[in-house]
Amino acid sequence: MSLTLPTLPDGRILDVVRAPSHVLSVSGSPVDPGHPAVVQLCADLVATMRISPGCVGLAAPQVGVSAQAFCVDVSAHPKARTTHGLIVLVNAEIVEASRNEKAREGCMSVPELTGDVKRAAKVTVAGQLPISGERLLISTDAFEARALQHEIDHCAGMLFLDRVVGAHAVYPRKVYLPPPDVGGIVR
Amino acid sequence: MTSLAITVVGHDRPGIIAQAAEVLSQCGMNLEDSSMTLLRGHFAMTLICAGEADTDQIEAALQALVDDSLDVTVREVPEEPDLPPLGSTYLVTVHGADRLGIVARLASVIAQAGGNITDLTTRLSGTLYVLLAEVDLPRSANVAALQARLAEVSAELGVDTSMRLIENDEL
Repeated sequence: MSLTLPTLPDGRILDVVRAPSHVLSVSGSPVDPGHPAVVQLCADLVATMRISPGCVGLAAPQVGVSAQAFCVDVSAHPKARTTHGLIVLVNAEIVEASRNEKAREGCMSVPELTGDVKRAAKVTVAGQLPISGERLLISTDAFEARALQHEIDHCAGMLFLDRVVGAHAVYPRKVYLPPPDVGGIVR
Repeated sequence: MTSLAITVVGHDRPGIIAQAAEVLSQCGMNLEDSSMTLLRGHFAMTLICAGEADTDQIEAALQALVDDSLDVTVREVPEEPDLPPLGSTYLVTVHGADRLGIVARLASVIAQAGGNITDLTTRLSGTLYVLLAEVDLPRSANVAALQARLAEVSAELGVDTSMRLIENDEL
């Protein structure tokens, strides 16, 4: 089920900040959802996410702004189950989380590394829509749940590197291409 | 700029890493990629560092670490291109009763299929042997044939082997 979002202005394409940039490690401030700069920031996040290949989410610190705002859209992703289409939230937090699952994450702001991170596979997120400030609760699962947690972490100044499951859980990024043949399990 | 490969292996005690890292820092050598762990209770550190010091200087400086129970090697290595491989990565998991030749035979099967093992850990716990390997396969590789051959050799070895695609969640 898609969210009904307020109409955002045209977004600008911004540069994506990479670690070790300080802004990625700072906890973002709560924002006024109706402030024109916040509304423009939300539009810019969506525009920048849309033109970045494979990008399913982007948070304000990733474009150099320490603030609690992000967008997510996993609707075209094969690992998604429940999806809400384009999500744009400010001042969001996780209010319920359960069923931890481990997966290997990559991030546009840490382009040369990946890491194994445990995250809840079912979450409820509370946040506000830009412009109207309407408060929402979003309950979701699987890939959308992981994406929301990843972006809320960015807003709190945390990278996946802060959550990896062990000292040997960070890897050089590899270029993943479609498997040359059918993958699966042999036993 | 010199790149040096350093290994430190021996009896574990608190402070080995701190001491080695301090020596390298004092010599202006930047510790780049490293892996440090305990292997059957022995401390084992492998690292690449880069800077202006040469092998002899670092060997001499690291002598402070060396004793009867701890061994250090230093050698210069050429710069290697740090390029991401093109293809797909699989995790091969093996467990079963320990016996001679499990790694040799399975690694040989993987190599014959054109697979490159980029990370490998083995653990022996009692009679249980566990192997985890990350394997890069080129696009030209025949994954189904490799899986079939791994299953065949695993049956001969009496171990269980699984092989699954590792995917990144790009966020």
